[in-house]
Amino acid sequence: MLGAITVLLVYQLVGEIIVVALALPIPGPVLGMALLFATLIVRGAVGDDLRQAANGLLRHLSLLFVPAGVGVMAHLGRLTDEWWPIAVSLVVSTLVTIAVTALVMRWLLARRSRGDAT
Amino acid sequence: MTAPLADLWVYLQATPLLFLTLTLLVYQGSNWIYRRANVHPLLNPVAWSSVVLVALLAWTGTPYETYFGGAQFVHFLLGPATVALAVPLYAQWDKLRRALLPIGAALLAGAVTALVSAVGLAWALGASELTLLSIAPKSVTTPIAMGIVERLGGLPSLTAVLVVTTGIIGAIGGKYVLDALGVTDHGVRGFALGTAAHGIGTARAFQESEEAGAFSGLAMGLCGLVTAVLFPLGVWLVRALAS
Repeated sequence: MLGAITVLLVYQLVGEIIVVALALPIPGPVLGMALLFATLIVRGAVGDDLRQAANGLLRHLSLLFVPAGVGVMAHLGRLTDEWWPIAVSLVVSTLVTIAVTALVMRWLLARRSRGDAT
Repeated sequence: MTAPLADLWVYLQATPLLFLTLTLLVYQGSNWIYRRANVHPLLNPVAWSSVVLVALLAWTGTPYETYFGGAQFVHFLLGPATVALAVPLYAQWDKLRRALLPIGAALLAGAVTALVSAVGLAWALGASELTLLSIAPKSVTTPIAMGIVERLGGLPSLTAVLVVTTGIIGAIGGKYVLDALGVTDHGVRGFALGTAAHGIGTARAFQESEEAGAFSGLAMGLCGLVTAVLFPLGVWLVRALAS
């Protein structure tokens, strides 16, 4: 467990260092994820220890967003002043994005499997 | 409050222990109710935990900074959790590899839709320029969104709130949109949730299946990358609309 957590932190740290050093426009943890993924592909296996630690963290992924969600109280003024544009924009844009993404992906998957059949 | 109680309160407020523990307790309570109700989307634990905690902080007159002093330890884990997404991604790699073109096209369509529709709608309804900048990366996972907005002069902490709200909306409404469109493939469902609603959508997708979760985690990471690259375009749009 300790080993696996260390692995996750080391990849995050390496990601952060590379991002800062090369002034990349992406966050360190995302690069860390890409690097860990590349490592797993090269090794061809995930250790039980790492799998358990990763699953443990991801099972409670929702919890990790709570502190940022509570931050709503620091912005109540702006949010009440502009609640209508913000609410409409968030709700409509999010649901439309889900629909567009799903429809494009389903359409291309279907088209390709038809192509495979012929 | 009597004097000893007030002293205790002052002492507890100064340590991270109180608000860290409170965050975990409230979350586990919300999550218990959510599970008991068969993970009903309207009982989303992020939404209800935030509501309960905001109410508690308002009631006790505690500023957000004091709360965050304790809650930051939970917040910190977002980094390692993002790295950990490599594991389910690897587990689903064979399936993902066979869908690279549909994934790439859906991702690009989703990322552009998210950015343009969020900014366009907010602008059409009269939002200020600062709000437009802060809302633009709303579909991207918190650390990425805060990073980009900070660099471009928006309000990172406002962005964090808008991002979390977006995630909650996606986790609550996504199921209904996808069901209405008749999307049954778990990979497609997960991918759409991760593109539009980042980590909170991914948490929801993992409740549908590991396959949905892996596609969602992939979408969340890729959408972050694509938006980081597309974002200058978004800023240009905001400036053009606001001027």
